[in-house]
Amino acid sequence: MSVQTEGTDTAGEPAVRKTRIPGPPRGEDRGSRPPARRGTAAPYLLLLPALLATVVLLGWPLVKNGMLSFQNLNPRQLIQHLTEWNGTDNYQEVLTGSDFWNVVERSVVFTAVNVVLIMVTGTLIGLLLARLGKRMRLLLMIGLVLAWAMPVIAATTVYQWLFAQRFGVVNWVLDKLGWHSMADYNWFGTQTSTFTVIILLLVWGSVPFVAINLYAATTTIPKELYEAASLDGAGAWKSFTSVTFPILRPFLYSTTFLEVIWIFKAFAQIFAINEGGPDHLTETLPIYAFVQGVGNQHFGVGAAISFLTIAVLLVMTSYYLRMVLKQEEDEL
Amino acid sequence: MKRSLFGRLWPNATAVVLFAGFVFPVYWMFATAFKPTGDIISENPVWFPANVTFSHFEKAVHADNFWTLVGNSVTVTLCSVLLSLVIALFAAFALARMRFRGRRGLIVTFMLAQMAPWEVMIIAIYMIVRDNDMLDSLVPLTVFYTMMVLPLTILTLRGYVAAVPKELEESAMVDGCTRVQAFRRVIFPLLAPGLMATSLFGFITAWNEFPLVLILNKDNEKQTLPLWLSQFQTAFGDDWGATMAASSLFALPILILFIFLQRKAVSGLTDGAVKG
Repeated sequence: MSVQTEGTDTAGEPAVRKTRIPGPPRGEDRGSRPPARRGTAAPYLLLLPALLATVVLLGWPLVKNGMLSFQNLNPRQLIQHLTEWNGTDNYQEVLTGSDFWNVVERSVVFTAVNVVLIMVTGTLIGLLLARLGKRMRLLLMIGLVLAWAMPVIAATTVYQWLFAQRFGVVNWVLDKLGWHSMADYNWFGTQTSTFTVIILLLVWGSVPFVAINLYAATTTIPKELYEAASLDGAGAWKSFTSVTFPILRPFLYSTTFLEVIWIFKAFAQIFAINEGGPDHLTETLPIYAFVQGVGNQHFGVGAAISFLTIAVLLVMTSYYLRMVLKQEEDEL
Repeated sequence: MKRSLFGRLWPNATAVVLFAGFVFPVYWMFATAFKPTGDIISENPVWFPANVTFSHFEKAVHADNFWTLVGNSVTVTLCSVLLSLVIALFAAFALARMRFRGRRGLIVTFMLAQMAPWEVMIIAIYMIVRDNDMLDSLVPLTVFYTMMVLPLTILTLRGYVAAVPKELEESAMVDGCTRVQAFRRVIFPLLAPGLMATSLFGFITAWNEFPLVLILNKDNEKQTLPLWLSQFQTAFGDDWGATMAASSLFALPILILFIFLQRKAVSGLTDGAVKG
C-alpha cells in the first residue's frame, strides 16, 4: 500500500485539490504537473481495502440473505448442502401467519416505548447537567459514564441478579415499601414484567449517551441568546422553547433515529435476559428471526424474516435516512 | 428566599438520586462479587461488603476454559480494532483530504453501513462461514468484527484528519518532506489521540459482541467472554457471587478503558497548533 501512495506523492492530492481553486496559479501548475491519471487513482487505492471489506463482508451477507430467503433450507438440505429454491414460499408462510404480525406490532410498540422514555429522560438529564454546579455535574457525569460503559452482557447479568426472585434487591425494596406481594415475585414469569426489566435495562444503558451529548450541545449555545430572550421578557419556559429547543432540534432528530435503530435491532439484552421468553412472548423481530431460523432450523424462513425485519427498519428510519442523505449532499 | 433555596436544592437532590440510580447496578455487581455467600443469600440485603472475600473470583477464574476465553476475546478484539484502524486510516485520509468522483457516494455508503443491522444478518453470515468450513474459528469473528466497527472508524477518523490543518502538512512538504513523510511525521502524531478515541468504540463493540459468536462458535474453547458470561449463570446455578465476579472481570477492562480514553478524547489537540 505504501508503495502506491508514495507514487502519488508529488502529483496526487495537491494537484487535485488545486483544481478547485480558481485563479492564475492554476495555469502555471498545470504545465509542471506530472500525468494527472496517477493523481486520480490515489484516493481509490486508499479506499480499496475499505471498499473491498464492505462489499465482501457486508454486501455479500446481505445478498446471501436475500438468496437464502427464497430457498427451502431445513436441516436435511443444510447437512447435504442442497440448494432448493422454493420461490416466495418462505415469505408466504411468514406473511400469512399471525405470529409474524404479532411480533412486528410488538417490536414497533417496544421500540416506541423505549425511544420515548430514553429521549425524554435523556433530554431532561442533559438539561439538568447544564444547570448543575461543577461538582454535582461531575458526580452525575461519573454515574452516567459508568452506566454507559458497562458491557451489555455484564449489565444483563447484573439486572438478572437485581430482579432475581429470591434475594433480589428489587423485590426486597418493593416488599419493604409495602408492596408485600412482590416479596418473591418472579419477574421473568410474565410478558409485561419481563419487558419491564428489559426496558429498564435498555433505558438505563441508553440514557447516558443522549444526556451527555445533549449537555455537550447546550454548551455551544451562546449566552447572549438567553440574555436577549430575557430582555425581551421571556421566562424560563419561553427561553427554552424559543432558544434551547430550536438549536438542539437537529441533534434531537438524529439521536432519536439512532435510538430507533439501536433499540429496534437490540438482540443481546433481550436474548440473554430470558431468550425471548416466557413462551416466546418477548421476542422482537431480531430474536424471532433467530429463534425461527437457527433455533428451529428453518434457515430459509429465518432469512425471510431477517429480510422483512430490515425492510421494517428501513421504513421506520426512511425519513431520517432521507434527511441524512440530503444534509450530506449540502455539506459536501 | 425560601423559594430560591428550594430552587438551588432540587437540581442537586435530583442529581444525587440519579447518580445513585445509574451507579447502583455497577456498584451492586462489584459489591456482590466481594461478599461472602452468606451475605449474598440473606433475607435482608447487605449493602456494604463488610467481610471481603475473593473466593468468588477464584471460582470464576478457575471455571473451565476461562483463560482460553480471555485469550480469545483479547485476540479477537485487538486484531479487529487494529485491522479496522489501519483500513480506516487510508480511507479517512482519502475522504478528508482528496476530491474525487464518487466521494459523496462513498461517505453515504459508510454512513449506511454504520447502521447495518448485523443482528438480523447472522443467519446469512452463518451460512457463508459454514460453507467455507470456518465454524468454531476465531478468524471469521475477527473479520466480521472488523467490518462492524469499520464504518464508524472511517467516519470518525475522517473528522480527525480534517481537523489537522492542511497548512501543517503543506509547510512540511515545503520543508522537503514527501507526502508520506509529511503524513507520518506531522499528521500521524496529531492523530494519535483521535486514533485512541476512535478505537474505544471499536473495543466496546468487539468486546461485547454477542449474536454472531452465539451462532458461529459452538465449541466451548472457541467462544468469547460475552457468550461464556451469558451461560455462566446457567452453568453455576444460582451462584450469584461467582456470576457477579465473572461479570466484574468481564466489565472491568472496558470500564477502565472508557474512563481513561474518554478524557483523552476530549483534550483539544490542534487548538493553537496553527495560529499564524
